[in-house]
Amino acid sequence: MSSATEPIDEILKKNYDAGFITDIEQEYAPPGLNEDIVRFISAKKDEPAWLLEWRLKAYRRWLEMKEPRWAKVSYPEIDYQDICYYAAPKSKDDAPKSLDEVDPELLATYEKLGIPLHEREVLAGVAVDAVFDSVSVATTFRAKLSEVGVIFMSFSEAVQEHPELIRKYLGSVVPVSDNFFAALNSAVFSDGSVVYIPKGVRCPMELSTYFRINAAKTGQFERTLVVADEGSYVSYLEGCTAPMRDENQLHAAVVELVAHKDAQIKYSTVQNWYPGDENGKGGIFNFVTKRGLCEGERSKISWTQVETGSAITWKYPSCILKGDDSVGEFYSVALSNHRQQADTGTKMIHLGKNTKSTIISKGISAGHGQQTYRGGVKIMRGASNARNYTQCDSLLIGDKCGAHTVPYVDVRNSTSKLEHEATTSRIGDDQLFYCRQRGLAEEDAVSLIVNGFAKEVLKELPMEFAVEAQKLLGVSLEGAVG
Amino acid sequence: MLKIEDLHVEVDGKPILKGITLDVAAGEVHAIMGPNGSGKSTLAYVLAGREGYEVTKGSVTYKGQNLLEMAPEVRAAEGVFLGFQYPVAIPGVSNIYFLKAALNAIRKHRGQDPLDAIDFMKLSKERAALVQLPDQLTKRSVNDGFSGGEKKRNEIYQMAMLEPSLAVLDETDSGLDIDALKVVAEGVNALRGPERAMLVITHYQRLLDYIVPDVVHVLIDGRIVRTGDKNLAKQLEREGYSEVRDAQAL
Repeated sequence: MSSATEPIDEILKKNYDAGFITDIEQEYAPPGLNEDIVRFISAKKDEPAWLLEWRLKAYRRWLEMKEPRWAKVSYPEIDYQDICYYAAPKSKDDAPKSLDEVDPELLATYEKLGIPLHEREVLAGVAVDAVFDSVSVATTFRAKLSEVGVIFMSFSEAVQEHPELIRKYLGSVVPVSDNFFAALNSAVFSDGSVVYIPKGVRCPMELSTYFRINAAKTGQFERTLVVADEGSYVSYLEGCTAPMRDENQLHAAVVELVAHKDAQIKYSTVQNWYPGDENGKGGIFNFVTKRGLCEGERSKISWTQVETGSAITWKYPSCILKGDDSVGEFYSVALSNHRQQADTGTKMIHLGKNTKSTIISKGISAGHGQQTYRGGVKIMRGASNARNYTQCDSLLIGDKCGAHTVPYVDVRNSTSKLEHEATTSRIGDDQLFYCRQRGLAEEDAVSLIVNGFAKEVLKELPMEFAVEAQKLLGVSLEGAVG
Repeated sequence: MLKIEDLHVEVDGKPILKGITLDVAAGEVHAIMGPNGSGKSTLAYVLAGREGYEVTKGSVTYKGQNLLEMAPEVRAAEGVFLGFQYPVAIPGVSNIYFLKAALNAIRKHRGQDPLDAIDFMKLSKERAALVQLPDQLTKRSVNDGFSGGEKKRNEIYQMAMLEPSLAVLDETDSGLDIDALKVVAEGVNALRGPERAMLVITHYQRLLDYIVPDVVHVLIDGRIVRTGDKNLAKQLEREGYSEVRDAQAL
């Protein structure tokens, strides 16, 4: 009898569909990081003095900090002086005023990625802010959104047009000194998206941002800020891709969410950065800080993530449940194939009374992939009647991958209730053979089983992206079995 | 329909089937009976194309083609169905979604258009009724948390949906109480037809009271030692396998 995993070892010969490189004129900052580069970026963006000061403060803090090494990932030393901290598509105008002014090559790139950028995609009901390397290229549907008072624009524009908003909220959830990568981002972030939903407004469409790293040897450091004012609602989605390159590229983003009284933010991510090849060559280092503050009573923040890309993922979207009766949710599917390593999870910090959090984490490991769920649930003294439910499931494909679960629990209020469930299973030959006996090709069978495993999370995604995510899970596992 | 000639099969280098010859024509139901470890399930798996079963000698011809060369999903598409002795669960995948994917994969292979949701549901309702499979079970995850009886009924429901030419039913009676057995047998009988052949593998004669076979084979130690009509099954029930084996030895 052949080894039980042999059929499973082979489907993992995957082609990375988004791995093309776009040939457009780029403007770079010289590699390396010092105060001059920080000043250069700030000057490029024509930023007010307070923002430059904020960046410099972050830079100086960063110099004193050490790269965190507690995660269960291993990677070579990153030479922060060998990275470009600014790259932008060169355009005659500093910023394109409408889609017509956007480089057609660039539009073609987005078309290849299947991103609905043109106005005709009104039908899809998706407003897209596209960030290419470090600069936001076009934001669609802005006019329509502004009718209801929704602000949705690139970070650079928001700094110019709504400085008071930025000044009030920037760093309010993730302080500059929060961690090494957040400090780095705060010093050099070059663009990102800003969303503000006014009181009582239900955002009329899904908002979405697509990030793409194109330039070689360039880091991407974008920042996203979403503020939902009292009684408002917004659903926001980000997608990410990068070309295939032999060297590793750094992505260190910061996302801050603020939900006021009775507001609700649903933040979904489909992350498909280039994962590197079969032997672990190349791929994105994804070090991301995401945190949401449930500031007001009865506010709610939901993180949903489908993470299939990146060589290294280090990411813990978290919720600070400050308002009484506020709710935090974290739904995650993370997939590690080949030599990918993911250390991901969430933190739920309960401060307010009757706060509730739910964590559903689904880890899928294949090939030599390593997958760690790291979660922290903290119930503070004042959080009476707080509740948490955590469920961590791991699915193993083949016998060379690994799954690890590291849940931390810190309870300081005796009226709280916590539940934790965890399972580990593997796609067996039995399941595969059963599916094939019914007529399904092997790869379809794997995709079906994996999607079944991830279903609880996928159903949390906005419909059109759920379909995309399902396909992505299938594609990412091509070659995992055979 | 199915022609097995001098089939030898090894598992982990150990001979399990030692020269099986069997000829099943369309419309016939053959029963394969035998004690534990005689190679019954191995035969079922080899016909369905499971990995790890090495054919060292002999041939299997199905509808004039070399069955052993086909991938499992191609065999399924060509009309080979295996009712599993231990059906596995697939959490998160609804029974009906699973079956629709399977049915449409098979239809695609046959050059037919996929069934749309409405036609599929209609067919599903009709076929689920054959084995009295409650509607909610068609919507639950495949075999997930099903009782033993529900799993077996689910297998026959799937068979009814996929309409195979050759159905191999591996110990479909195991784990069933008498009422469930009757229901399953009625489902199977409803699917008997001139175009369909069945290979019913069982340890006990009991099932054959309800699914009456045209031919009964006795499989012992990897060989078919006796072949007869339905009365052979009754004789086995009375005398036990050792009698038959000893008689064979004489």
